Amino acid sequence: MKPKKQVFLILTILAVLLVGSMFLASAFGAVFILPLDIAKMSLNKLPFVNLEPTWQPTHEIIFFQIRLLRVVGGALIGAALATAGVLFQGLLRNPLADPYIIGTSSGALFGATLVIIFIPATLSLWGFGLISIAAFLGALGAVFLVYNLALVAGKTPIVSLVLAGFAVGAFFTAVTWFMLSVSGEFQHKLGVVFDFLIGAIRVNNWLQIAVAACLILSGIVLARFFAFHLNAFSLGEEGAAYLGINVERDKLMVLGLGSFLTAWAVSLGGLIGFVGLVTPHAMRLILGPDHRVLLPAAALAGASFLVLADLGARIIFAPTELRLGILTALIGAPFFIYLLRRYRKEYAF
Amino acid sequence: MSELVIKDVSFSYLNGFSLRQIDLKIKAGEMVALIGPNGSGKTTLIKLAAGVLAPGHGEILLDGASLKSLPRREIARRIAVVPQYFYMPFAFTVAEVVMLGRTPFIRALSGETERDHTVAGRAMELTGIKRFSSHAFNELSGGERQKVVLAMAVAQEPKLLLLDEPTAHLDINHQVAILELVKGLNREQGVTVVGAMHDLNLAALYFDRLILLKEGAIFTEGSPSAVLTERTIHDVFGASVRITQHPSNKVPHIIILPNESDR
Repeated sequence: MKPKKQVFLILTILAVLLVGSMFLASAFGAVFILPLDIAKMSLNKLPFVNLEPTWQPTHEIIFFQIRLLRVVGGALIGAALATAGVLFQGLLRNPLADPYIIGTSSGALFGATLVIIFIPATLSLWGFGLISIAAFLGALGAVFLVYNLALVAGKTPIVSLVLAGFAVGAFFTAVTWFMLSVSGEFQHKLGVVFDFLIGAIRVNNWLQIAVAACLILSGIVLARFFAFHLNAFSLGEEGAAYLGINVERDKLMVLGLGSFLTAWAVSLGGLIGFVGLVTPHAMRLILGPDHRVLLPAAALAGASFLVLADLGARIIFAPTELRLGILTALIGAPFFIYLLRRYRKEYAF
Repeated sequence: MSELVIKDVSFSYLNGFSLRQIDLKIKAGEMVALIGPNGSGKTTLIKLAAGVLAPGHGEILLDGASLKSLPRREIARRIAVVPQYFYMPFAFTVAEVVMLGRTPFIRALSGETERDHTVAGRAMELTGIKRFSSHAFNELSGGERQKVVLAMAVAQEPKLLLLDEPTAHLDINHQVAILELVKGLNREQGVTVVGAMHDLNLAALYFDRLILLKEGAIFTEGSPSAVLTERTIHDVFGASVRITQHPSNKVPHIIILPNESDR
């Protein structure tokens, strides 16, 4: 483990980076808002602070009702996906594992498509549209199915887990496309499913953000509790057991937490790839593989990465908006290839 | 020092292999080797003793308490296991891997204490790996890696050390180094040692008692000179050998006879 001072410094830098990214992303868009105004507007929301408005009232509305909503949503998605990435990679002992490898994404897609095809998407619960809730249930269902399929004599060997994840994922994807193909509304509904598949932040109100923030942040805090045991898991399940880890219980908890975080991220932004894959990688190179440090670092870095990527998606081809998932893949995939080649030896496959 | 009693234990894998009616008593402070051909059940017995496999029948007692009744963490505070091989997917340093041995003593959220660092440091000194403590574990040679794994086990401060063919795939110098270290732990710190060994000569040289397994059952057991006879080796391994005596230690030494000279 790196010296405590150094770790603290790096975590502080990452936190500052996140705040900076959020400022930047709030400032730019169709209308430019001065970062200083953003700071003042935010301070004004605190009790006992009453600053003289130097900004236009419309800016305040744009900032609080549109931009900040999206920026905070992006940060939550990024933190959740990166944390889930650390959890899955640590548990599966595979630095290439990502939140989607064990079937989460296909389950979410399946759930969402089911609602898109059969139910008019106007009903909502806790600020979440039914699509989001169905995606969440689908993701959890898929992971539950994968876990049980992989169960051999009371244990889930990691190889069978990965294979089951692949099989269930392929099946859910096929069923999804089948439903779409025969629904008779293929042309009409394809656009919505497409958005969901590519990944784009879809946050409508603060209630939605508040619910997601509570759940995602408590998920991350709980994940930190299991981070220490993930270090022992890098010796394999048997190795972890030799070190006193209750392997089956921890595995179930880590899988559940990772799916929970992925599912909420999917609910907010659809299937955004590579954040859960690349961020933990990058942080591991800077901070080493100790999961206790890796986990908060990846959460902070993932949040910054997504906020900045979403900013890019909004402004690069303005006024046309790119879909966020396209941008994360365009940045993520080459970076991933670079990592693979550069650190081939260390990851010795 | 811990005592391990294996009482009428049977165990079957799904693929049909099984251990049958194993009765064994490992006394505190003993150094015992499990020998036998590949697939005779050595590794399975080690895993049963470590509590990661549960016997289908019978029970295993650690200092009088049934392994089944002990929490995993409690077992890990008393038993350390050196596996034959492990693959490390991440770039942990040697010091970090050794510190993993402290896992059963560390609280998940509070981190290592001063004592954990002292114990891990001593384990590295004892095994002679301190000089590459900051190297990546994955970059070490097989022999050095096995020393690190042994240091990790030492950091666990075990009363019982289980070894699963700790010297397989190692060069002769590393084989000797590892077994000397284990013997030192046994003699100086009184750690009870049970090791699965495939090299019969090394087993005879370093262990006090040998337990010979054949097809999942105990064939015979006793001192090296009682167990390693030309007759039993022929019966169990189907190999023709001549037994001589080791020139400096009074233990049997096995000379392999190629098939031609047997006729």
